Amino acid sequence: MSPSILLLLGLGLGLAGWLAARARAWNFRRDIRNEGKGGRLAALPSYHAWYVALWIVLPVLVFAIAWSFLAPQLVTGWVLSDPAAAGLPHFGFERRAILDEAASVALGSAPGVFNPLAEGLVEPYRLAFAKVRWIGIAATLVIGFLGGASAFLRLRPEFTARTRVERTIMTVLLMASLVAILTTLGILVSLVFETIRFFGMVSPLDFLLGTHWGPDPMGNPLNPDPSRYGAIPLFWGTIYIGAIIAMFVAIPLGLMSAIFLTQYASPRWRSVLKPALEILAGVPTVVYGYFAALTVAPAIRDAAQAIGIANASSESGLAAGLVMGVMIIPFVSSMADDSIAAVPQAMRDGSLAMGATTSETIRRVLIPAALPGIVAGVMLAISRAIGETMIVVMAAGAAANLTANPLEAMTTVTFQIVAMLTGEGSFDHPATLSAFALGFVLFLVTLALNFFALRVVKRFREAYE
Amino acid sequence: MVTTLPATATMLPESELSDPQSGLIPKMSARSVSVYYGAKQAVDDVSIDIQTKYVTAFIGPSGCGKSTFLRALNRMNDTIPGARVDGEIMLDGEDIYRSGMDVVHLRARVGMVFQKPNPFPKSIYENIAYGPRIHGLAEGKAELDAIVEKSLRRAGLWEEVKDRLADSGTALSGGQQQRLCIARAIAVDPEVILMDEPCSALDPIATAKIEELIDELRGRYAIVIVTHSMQQAARVSQRTAFFHLGKMVEYGKTSDIFTNPREERTKDYITGRYG
Ligand SMILES: Nc1ncnc2c1ncn2[C@@H]1O[C@H](COP(=O)(O)OP(=O)(O)O)[C@@H](O)[C@H]1O
Ligand SMILES: [Mg+2]
Repeated sequence: MSPSILLLLGLGLGLAGWLAARARAWNFRRDIRNEGKGGRLAALPSYHAWYVALWIVLPVLVFAIAWSFLAPQLVTGWVLSDPAAAGLPHFGFERRAILDEAASVALGSAPGVFNPLAEGLVEPYRLAFAKVRWIGIAATLVIGFLGGASAFLRLRPEFTARTRVERTIMTVLLMASLVAILTTLGILVSLVFETIRFFGMVSPLDFLLGTHWGPDPMGNPLNPDPSRYGAIPLFWGTIYIGAIIAMFVAIPLGLMSAIFLTQYASPRWRSVLKPALEILAGVPTVVYGYFAALTVAPAIRDAAQAIGIANASSESGLAAGLVMGVMIIPFVSSMADDSIAAVPQAMRDGSLAMGATTSETIRRVLIPAALPGIVAGVMLAISRAIGETMIVVMAAGAAANLTANPLEAMTTVTFQIVAMLTGEGSFDHPATLSAFALGFVLFLVTLALNFFALRVVKRFREAYE
Repeated sequence: MVTTLPATATMLPESELSDPQSGLIPKMSARSVSVYYGAKQAVDDVSIDIQTKYVTAFIGPSGCGKSTFLRALNRMNDTIPGARVDGEIMLDGEDIYRSGMDVVHLRARVGMVFQKPNPFPKSIYENIAYGPRIHGLAEGKAELDAIVEKSLRRAGLWEEVKDRLADSGTALSGGQQQRLCIARAIAVDPEVILMDEPCSALDPIATAKIEELIDELRGRYAIVIVTHSMQQAARVSQRTAFFHLGKMVEYGKTSDIFTNPREERTKDYITGRYG
């Protein structure tokens, strides 16, 4: 049952309503002219038309969305109440597979049944699908018609359709912008929920302060060993790779490229270099991951062995951090570029007119003035770096070493989230649930960084308004 | 070295003022200067002598090239991509556009004050100390403090800000900010100060203060001021140059320009026929 049929139907009704309303508004207009007493329509006929059309299309749209969630439930319900469903296994994977098989045969997307139990369910499915389809179409027609009629009856010469349409459009835009926010909230709620479950098994103190990480997904889920859930090595690895090594690369290089681009580059150079830098930001991180794992990490190991460090591992925090730093350069440089460019030209002129050289002007006037924006850019870059997964998965290793030696393998929060979720443990095992607690911490930290960065940027903007 | 005579004593005798070709060696002189922005000519064949201890006013309708010519005098046009200067501009007999000229040094000798006050987003103290620091004019904190105080005093701002030198320069009022910018320019001990419509963003009271200040300062420096207010030119300047469509139409004693202009176009402008 596809909602697109309902939407098409709604659009068709909408078009009809549009035409009818416009014709009606033209009639109002003609009547006013004929009376000859002056006066005119409160809104152009096309606004009357849009008003009615919106009143048809929007309710249909809402219904179609709701129906696309509701319809499958109805279908399943009807099919299960059929006597043929009585023989199904009660739970689990097999039951689901049989139902799916019957459904796809009923929809014509599979040639025939494989499991004999599914055989008897094909016909109930076919009936249920047909029923749902017809109910959907009928409901769409009724809703569209009612919406259109109620709007149509409200049309008068003095009806302010124009402001009504404006208000409706605003509401629609508001809804659209709420989608992203509500999604984020939904994610947060589910994270919180699973995190609380995890903390019911392992105490938050053990988790946040423990220094040994080694969950055992095969261990007894009811009696986990809290000393294996100490996340400090992960936090440290994350900070060391994402906020220290990567920033050692990204801050100087990003800042210098921003300075070159805003202060020294001719417009020709700028028009080539700036997009090139921005392309760096669009390279899929898995490509950086290859580069880190296959090129940089072995090179670092060889170099380390050449200077006599025999036990250098082929996975290292250094390799991951360096490559991550390169990946982050565009984030730092584009924020720095924007905030340096936002310093008024008058500051630059003032300094140059005092006899300062360009580099003195940059160092003493432009960078101090742009500092809040630059700092904000760095914070956004850090939040991007500590959330980065692909590079560390491929190059940093899985060993949760609590070490300051960049040549050793280390692991990060994101890596362990992947490892725990794809590991052997069942879904309600504390090892698996620990992924949610890690994700929750990561979420809070990046949220705080972003929030703080945006506030700094805002204050900075106001300073030059 | 700069002498510290009271302002009235530094005025030159009328006889010398009336004759541009008197024996005085000009501080700056421009010969056949043209300025281009790309292919567009903004200043056309201007020659002028600027004397020290005079205030020279540039007047003329907007877009006639006053700012452009002013910026040519300390090579600020170098910072605009595509700008080009032809002709010769001398400072104490040296061509400032010759190759090997140290622009940084030139701008320390020929300071500039802009139309809109542009203090740096730093403390009042740091704004003034900026120039002396980059040019290495002070040995140690005590000397720097002395320069800051002297500059603020000369700009008539000391009494108003001496208790809050650590406050941000951008927190001052518009008129105070402009005097801060003048103090900043003075701090590196320039010989010439260029001012591009320094009062156009200020209210009448702040404007009067700046005009007073300009009159006090002229004892020490050659001052060139661009203004679109003829009253201001008449009040503060001893020499006036009238620009029109990129050319300098007339140059002479301010009183002559305003009471007895030689050129018809000057007269039209002065009497408000266009502008
Ligand atoms: N940066 C620039 N690039 C191109 N043209 C400019 C620039 N600055 C000024 N001009 C042009 O040069 C002419 C003179 O400008 P300007 O010297 O600012 O005049 P004024 O100060 O007398 O009003 C104007 O036509 C102006 O449009
Ligand atoms: Mg101007």
